Amino acid sequence: MTAGGHKPPMAPPLIELDGVSKSFDGAQNFALRDVSLAVEAKSFIALVGASGSGKTTAMKLINRLIEPDRGEVRLDGVAVKTLDAPLLRRRIGYVFQGVGLFPHMTIGENIGITPQLLGWPRAEIDARVAELLDLVELPQSFATRLPHALSGGQRQRAGVARAIAARPHVVLMDEPFGALDPITRDTLGTAYRAIHDRLGVTTIMVTHDVQEAVLLADRIVVMGAGRILADGAPGELLAGDSVPEVAALMAMPRRQAERINALTAATAHG
Amino acid sequence: MDERWAGALALLPGYAAQHMLLSMAALALGIAISLPLAIVASRRPRLRFFALATASLAQTIPGLALLALFYPLLLALSALTMRTFGFAVPALGFLPSLLALTIYSMLPILRNAVTGLDGVDRDYIDAADGVGMTPGQRLTRIELPLAAPVIMAGIRTAAVWTIGIATLSTAVGQTSLGNYIFSGLQTENWVYVLTGCIAVVALAMFVDQVLGLIEAGVALRDRRRIVAGIVALLVATAAAAAPLVTGRGADYVFGAKNFSEQYILASLMASRIEAEGQRAGLKEGLGSAVIFRALAGNEIDAYVDYSGTLWTNVMERRDVPPRAAMLEELTRFMREKYGVTVLGSLGFENAYGLAMRTNRAAALGVRTISELAPHAPQLALGSDLEFLSRPEWTALRNAYRLAFREERSFNPTFMYRALQDGLVDVISAFTSDGRLAGDRLVVLDDNRHAIPSYDAVILLAPKRANDEVLRRALTPLIGAISVETMRQANYMLDRDTDKASLADAVRFLAANLKQMPQAGKN
Repeated sequence: MTAGGHKPPMAPPLIELDGVSKSFDGAQNFALRDVSLAVEAKSFIALVGASGSGKTTAMKLINRLIEPDRGEVRLDGVAVKTLDAPLLRRRIGYVFQGVGLFPHMTIGENIGITPQLLGWPRAEIDARVAELLDLVELPQSFATRLPHALSGGQRQRAGVARAIAARPHVVLMDEPFGALDPITRDTLGTAYRAIHDRLGVTTIMVTHDVQEAVLLADRIVVMGAGRILADGAPGELLAGDSVPEVAALMAMPRRQAERINALTAATAHG
Repeated sequence: MDERWAGALALLPGYAAQHMLLSMAALALGIAISLPLAIVASRRPRLRFFALATASLAQTIPGLALLALFYPLLLALSALTMRTFGFAVPALGFLPSLLALTIYSMLPILRNAVTGLDGVDRDYIDAADGVGMTPGQRLTRIELPLAAPVIMAGIRTAAVWTIGIATLSTAVGQTSLGNYIFSGLQTENWVYVLTGCIAVVALAMFVDQVLGLIEAGVALRDRRRIVAGIVALLVATAAAAAPLVTGRGADYVFGAKNFSEQYILASLMASRIEAEGQRAGLKEGLGSAVIFRALAGNEIDAYVDYSGTLWTNVMERRDVPPRAAMLEELTRFMREKYGVTVLGSLGFENAYGLAMRTNRAAALGVRTISELAPHAPQLALGSDLEFLSRPEWTALRNAYRLAFREERSFNPTFMYRALQDGLVDVISAFTSDGRLAGDRLVVLDDNRHAIPSYDAVILLAPKRANDEVLRRALTPLIGAISVETMRQANYMLDRDTDKASLADAVRFLAANLKQMPQAGKN
């Protein structure tokens, strides 16, 4: 644990990043520098920061889409590098930036892909797809459609359904709602938070949208230049931080909220 | 006119079958090699560069040259397998054609497959990894399906190229639709040429459309279209193969070089062996050197060659002995060196000579080559494609000190046209050529005997040396064909108007054989 003074939880951490470093250019620049992070089960963590801060790299270490140069990543106390990468990834849901639905497969096939890779029986996959379409509030008829026939918001709902199809305990989200219009983004974010609570999963979401992080996450980890700058509950970070970059970042949603409050008050009194 | 079309169409099933089988086999082999290579290459930049560069290089070699290059290669391989394993790989026909066409088909498939796999959006690769696919699953479920339209386009290009270039395989003894084109060009039978072209275009269009159906099926994920397309290809290939299966395995194969007389004589020999109740096959349009090696290698059973040609090309002799002595020496040499039997002379000569238009020769007062020599610097010589590089030309030039103003090579058919049109004044003519009589040409006398005689002789392959059936069928032809009869038969095919069919020319020749005393047979 680094800066931020977050209190250790009661349960042992589900996911641990232990002193990990990563460079993509032979140790000239570091995407991650000696980062340690513990994530307790069933929590919803947002990784925020500017582009190049290392937030996406940190998340991709968890399902081995990226391998660290130094340090260790553990899931349930087991070092992930000892696990077969494809098998590990089937246990971890992943919602991709820009959706990532396979264009040549129907929505049903896309949602059912991980169960299918795990060798579930056909009938069980079909039932699961139907169940998930309900859960993400898409009509059953979408199962046989191709992704291009859906709107952006509908596609991302399907993306969420695909991520949780094989009943993972961990869901990783890479700027999941970034490309959506504000209303859809809000609706989907709220819907996902409800799913998170209902299924009891552990979610790690990478986002550059501080407001979204504040509204959805239990805990916000602010990253900059490959290090963790701050780590705490949204309320704590909003109250102010000793690191000026963090303070500036967290001040933004508060300022916006205050301005909106002032405007609505002025309208009401006017 | 109807009869010529009917004659051409009668050959279509056989030619189209061979053509289809050859092209489809080459395409299948090309896909089988190129696709895995492309998959590996798309992950290794250096290998990709090497593979694409090699395939591009192969593509720049002219198709005919590529086929020709495989012949000596396979010949060497054949000798090697004969020594080590006791069997010979055929150097002629299907195998060299298949290999050359396969190499030709590879570039478009390889290039498109590499491009297609490279073009798969990085997001989908990440997503495939992220949902837990192994590299193999990612390849078969995501990368290949997404690259499929580009790969299919490459396969379609390769299919059309292969079907077009397969016509050239006729030149290395593989029957194809090219037989129409090669023999049609030689005998000025434009019905043949046209039939060949139309058939090739139709076949290419059919295969392209069927592959297009499969491509659309892949793009639209419509299994019915994919299955329909594959079934159509298989049915067409099977239908093409059917006549080969039923009429398979000729007992005797006769070779023919690429001019009318050779086609007629090979067909005549074939008809005689069929009269013995045997099945006959033809390998037509072979080059001079290729055909002799094919015979010596037992790939064809018999063909007609010319003593002077063998004397200079195979025996590499430069002296010019009298006709009978030469034939005797040739017979001995062929038996001892190659085990080839010289069955005997057909009774006519097809010598190289120099010919002129009768009125032009008369105007110059030229009857012999000696008399031509002083005029040569003002005249242009037209020759067939090989004459100028043959020892006969060197011998003539040296003996008479010939120096023409200009020397040009033509396809034999066009050479006669060039003479008629006054483009050239003198041509290298064959003395049995029907056009000599038809076009009112005169052959100049080789008064210094610079070039050897060219008796048409029947050669038998080593394995046929003691074949009674073949001997019984062919021996009656020995001494039975006069040069006038041969010229007339040739002229039936080589004239511009009222052209007869090959079958007619063969019938004419068979009906006009000289009756030889058959005493002492057996």
